Amino acid sequence: MIGAPLARVDGRAKVTGAARYSYEEQPAHVAYAVIVTSTIAVGRIASIDGTEALSRRGVLAVLTHDNAPRVRQDAASPGDRKLRLLQDDRVLYDRQPVALVVAESFEVATEAAARVRVTYAAETPATTMNAPGAVTYEPPEANQNPADSARGSFDSAFAAAPVRIDQTYVTPTEFHNPMEPHATTAAWDGNRLTLYDASQGVFDRRKSIAAIFGLPESGVRVVTKFVGGGFGSKGGTNAHTALAAMAARLVGRPVKIVLTRPDMFGGHGYRPRTEQHLRIGADTSGRLLALAHDVRSQASRFENFIENSAVISRMLYAVPNQVTTHRGVRYDVATPTFMRAPGESSGSFALESAMDELAYATGVDPLALRLLNYTETDPDQHGKPFSSKSLRRCYAEGAARFGWSQRPPQVRATRTADGLLVGYGMASSTYPANRSSSAAMATVHSDGSAYVTSGACDIGTGAYTAFTQIAAEALGIDVAHVRFDLGDTLMPEAARAGGSQQTASVANAVHLAGIAVRDKLAAAAVADAASPLHGRRLDDMTFARGRIALRERPELGETYVAILQRAGVSSMSAFAEAKHDRRVKGPYSTHAFGAHFAEVHVDPDFGTVRLARMVSAFAAGRIVNSRMARSQYMGGVVWGVSMALHEEGRIDERSGRYMNANLENYLVPVNADIPEIDIVLVDEEDPHVNPLGIKGIGEIGIVGMNAAVANAVFHATEKRVRDLPIRPEKLL
Amino acid sequence: MDDRTFSRRRFLIGTALPAAALGMGLSAPAAVEAQTAPALMGPEPVDVMLQVNGRAYPLKVEPRVTLLDALRERLGLTGSKKGCDQGQCGACTVLVDGRRVNACLTLAVATEGKQVTTVEGLARGGRLHPVQQAFIDNDAFQCGYCTPGQICSAVGLIAEGRAGSDAQIRESMSGNICRCGAYTNIVRAVNAAARA
Repeated sequence: MIGAPLARVDGRAKVTGAARYSYEEQPAHVAYAVIVTSTIAVGRIASIDGTEALSRRGVLAVLTHDNAPRVRQDAASPGDRKLRLLQDDRVLYDRQPVALVVAESFEVATEAAARVRVTYAAETPATTMNAPGAVTYEPPEANQNPADSARGSFDSAFAAAPVRIDQTYVTPTEFHNPMEPHATTAAWDGNRLTLYDASQGVFDRRKSIAAIFGLPESGVRVVTKFVGGGFGSKGGTNAHTALAAMAARLVGRPVKIVLTRPDMFGGHGYRPRTEQHLRIGADTSGRLLALAHDVRSQASRFENFIENSAVISRMLYAVPNQVTTHRGVRYDVATPTFMRAPGESSGSFALESAMDELAYATGVDPLALRLLNYTETDPDQHGKPFSSKSLRRCYAEGAARFGWSQRPPQVRATRTADGLLVGYGMASSTYPANRSSSAAMATVHSDGSAYVTSGACDIGTGAYTAFTQIAAEALGIDVAHVRFDLGDTLMPEAARAGGSQQTASVANAVHLAGIAVRDKLAAAAVADAASPLHGRRLDDMTFARGRIALRERPELGETYVAILQRAGVSSMSAFAEAKHDRRVKGPYSTHAFGAHFAEVHVDPDFGTVRLARMVSAFAAGRIVNSRMARSQYMGGVVWGVSMALHEEGRIDERSGRYMNANLENYLVPVNADIPEIDIVLVDEEDPHVNPLGIKGIGEIGIVGMNAAVANAVFHATEKRVRDLPIRPEKLL
Repeated sequence: MDDRTFSRRRFLIGTALPAAALGMGLSAPAAVEAQTAPALMGPEPVDVMLQVNGRAYPLKVEPRVTLLDALRERLGLTGSKKGCDQGQCGACTVLVDGRRVNACLTLAVATEGKQVTTVEGLARGGRLHPVQQAFIDNDAFQCGYCTPGQICSAVGLIAEGRAGSDAQIRESMSGNICRCGAYTNIVRAVNAAARA
């Protein structure tokens, strides 16, 4: 059952509109809250007057820093997020919450919010990395990685290298923009709080909210049944969730809140702009001798989040002499956060573009150059072996499917029949295979069905389906009779849906719980003189289709239903935990790998770039559901194209406001931008990464795709664009 | 109705350029039609009778309430999604008299006397609409939030005869953003449903 291309078990709910997202909970007497956000980037609130707003019919409350209940706004986790919860008059970033209006309807709240009068004592914001007032600093870490690294002696090796690449690559500020805006429905029952929250991790959310309000964690329940995309933005706790709870407390009614699309460009985080200086020294055959990757990452003034762009350069190729550094540049912006493949996505653009430049500088085919510098062990962990690495096969199978061998080595060599320039590009991809502790509960009922739970989140990954399959296989019950449920802090604690870790983490727990309850059923049969399995050994049994049988004599056995009925119980349950401490380094380095190939057509007169076709090959251990895995890889590839050609948050340098804060002007790909995407699933068995051999796949699809497109554009046009996105004017 | 407004509307109807080409996220062939000027209403709530999925819903609603908020917050029909509330993403696409519209840009009171079809109204009994089934079969969604709008758009464009080729489907579906990036599978699904 694991690996089968089962259709999504929640598919029917999603195509009929029955799937209920967080804002769609409608508790009795629910009120509507709308956030008023700041129109300056830095300064103080000079005055704030909610009188007129409060006088509107249907308005229940207007909260400002003058009257909002006091809470701990520095208590959210993970990381050190300091939320802005109407506690003081200080404005730290554009679109910071400054007031909250609660009303009988969304319309009344929205109108009243426009009638909250705010004046500011504005200060002059620093709005770019190079503005006067922007401050460069050495961060304590780069997104949970060491900020700096060094091996060998870079300076002398680079100075002596016969071929040198020395370039700076820029990736812009990007905003997640899940289709479902952030939303929360909050309801109090005495001192107990229930939150229906668009979240990537209900336990993270519970912990943060409990700390903010000084509640025991047991007093907060967080429910997340369906999430309309997250991409990292719904990982950390954000202000609106706490504000919904605050408002609900104050008005004594459930309150729901949803961010406007423009406010999705506000305080919940974004991918920070990076400026990445790459220096590569190589011999004339293309063999890497030295590599330096120095990153400057956009940062806020009040928190640490650093895009870990250079981390990928530490492990992707064999290079003996290396230096990497990360520096933050603080200015008057909100704090950035995780956005799909933080670090690896932006870093791969720089590294894989620079490798392409080296290929042209040495006259070596880009794919051959990567094979020349292939590493069988992890150079960032003192040559530790990889638990598995099938990158060679990704290169080979992807290249064969794409027809890479047909690529002419010269640039601007090919045109389509209608005169468009044709270019081929490729890049490598990798993402760490992470895992955290998770738990699950499995129950087999006397009707033969099973109910399995773990408090994970399905943000579109297919968690409902994947864990149904894992549970069915462990239990020996057909998927049709297994129901898996998730998204509730009343369930066993699970890893968050982030960092490409949830499937590997939770699957191992679900597997253990399924095995445990199965073994309980077997033990009951073995102990029961009336059972045909009485006195038999567990090791001799097989479990399938809700029945236990002897391996050597399959006709000898009985069903779970029979065992439970004879035992006179309605069900049997087992809880299991798969523990994993990420701080303890094991004997293996664990990564998934892949390779992208792209063909672009570029209009030489207009500079417009169209993807003609894409082939991406990935090896990520055991694939739980090949149909959903392809979809998730495709989504990653689309994100890579988006990063290459479309996305860019453009800031007004005078005000510090992102000017294109909507889905018309902040470009993401639409259907017509994306051609057929060919995903190659490269088989890989990994006996070391975790008991089930699963590596995460949520993020690797984006990594390197941006560079594959940029490299194809260079091949087509002979124009090397080192600052994303590749807008038409950059090719003219 | 002045001519300038009218021609702008005609422009919207006639334009179906992909968003990439224009750099904008217009819902492709937005079905906006010139209407006869209605009587003045509001700001007090008014009584309207909405026809949604073949059922009549009497509703007292302020004229400023959008069709989307009426469906989601007053009628409990939360299948239609709010992605941007600005007509830029297509998540709220529903069919009004068979034509695709952004429910967030349509006032509820303006749909009186018209047949509104939402994603909840496509299945017949327990049997899914062919487009719904094709979306499941082709895994044409991930998070599912844009899906009701995608499906309503697909139903509309198939009926309009705009699903003749992959290129035409891509173009006609470009008013519906899918941030999960399921476009390849959406094209397959629409194709399958159109040929079913």
